[in-house]
Amino acid sequence: MTEPAVLLDCRRLLCPRPVVELAKNLHRVAIGETIGVAADDVAARTDVPAWARMRGQQFLGTENAEDGVPVYLVRRLS
Amino acid sequence: MTSYLDTASSEPLHPAARAVLEQALTAGYADPRRLHGPARNARIILDNAREATAEALGVRPDEVTFTPSGTHAVHLGVLGLLAGAARAGDHLVATAVEHASVMHAGQWHVARGGSFSTAPVEPDGRVRVDGFPDATVIAVQAANHEVGTLQPVAALAERAPLFMDACASAGRLPLPDGWSTAALSAHKWGGPAGVGVLLVRKGARWRNPFPGDDRVDERATGMENVPGAVAAAAALQAVVAERAATNTRQSRLIDRLRAGVVRIPDTEVVGDPHDRLPHLVTFSFLYVDGEAIVTELDRRGFAVASGSACTASTLEPSHVLTAMGALTHGNLRVSLTRDTDEAEIDRLLDELPDVVARIRSEAGL
Repeated sequence: MTEPAVLLDCRRLLCPRPVVELAKNLHRVAIGETIGVAADDVAARTDVPAWARMRGQQFLGTENAEDGVPVYLVRRLS
Repeated sequence: MTSYLDTASSEPLHPAARAVLEQALTAGYADPRRLHGPARNARIILDNAREATAEALGVRPDEVTFTPSGTHAVHLGVLGLLAGAARAGDHLVATAVEHASVMHAGQWHVARGGSFSTAPVEPDGRVRVDGFPDATVIAVQAANHEVGTLQPVAALAERAPLFMDACASAGRLPLPDGWSTAALSAHKWGGPAGVGVLLVRKGARWRNPFPGDDRVDERATGMENVPGAVAAAAALQAVVAERAATNTRQSRLIDRLRAGVVRIPDTEVVGDPHDRLPHLVTFSFLYVDGEAIVTELDRRGFAVASGSACTASTLEPSHVLTAMGALTHGNLRVSLTRDTDEAEIDRLLDELPDVVARIRSEAGL
């Protein structure tokens, strides 16, 4: 798996918590670096890319963690 | 007093329907098939309901069947068209943003050996006509029930026999051309619940996909809800007669709401801003919990719906918003009654920034 600079564990958190955590922790990565969020809530599949679009960040795609939970990857642009 | 802003779920009974319903409950109880006086009265009322409905919709009376719900009309419309086309193939294609009742009909079809797929939509919710898959039967809505976007029904109808779900738009907008079967739901236009309408175009290849019945109308299931049908027809006639004025008023109020909510930071308004239903709009607030905002608005006197996962019976976010790639949390669908006024919209616009800010601050943002 691509190693993000910061990986958030949002397993078992319901929407909109994974996106809230993403927003709160974005400052922890430098511009150009990648932040990942592992989330098993199905809404994250749509909401992480929508968040990136609305906030001017770049959604890179989805990979799976070792336990199979999707990890959504975002590059910080601003 | 609560502002009821959820007519896309169910419209309050139209005043024109109420008096008709009360009279018909008294006079229209008998089985219209029987040969006695009370039955003849019920039959006259049912025939009147059929003729008035046909006239309001611009179809023939023999194309109208009253069903026990809009959902049942959808099932009959989709599956009956597939049954009629069985020699040509068995592949149903629906747009990815159809109502759940269409999706359930597709799953039923698959469980009986048929095939079913969905066609993607643009970010505004409109299905792509170019590249639309080959289909034995197409299912497409006249307008989307969550975001209001109108669909290119006539263009798709050139490709295959088409079922049209007109539940969200019936009465409010004229029926588009090209459909072979269509479904309507009376409580969405101000008729009573428990009355759906199946339309089968003269000459369309439709076969009953369910056990038949011995009604006057061969497509009907069980004894018609005669009082409900005639009340639904009265409401439909009234709504059609009033719609030029209603649509202008509602469109202006929705434009006002759309312009107002985008002043709240991190808000996404979804659906086509122009080619849409006149009476509804959907928007989502980033970082906001859908259940929290619906509950808080209810407390402040606004009844609105949400497509967010935490507010849905399925615990999954709206498949419509998902198919559009739109934000699914913090979602509200506001849909106007025929007499929603500017003061109600302005009161909602006054409350929303505070409600959204509080929920965001509780989330730590």
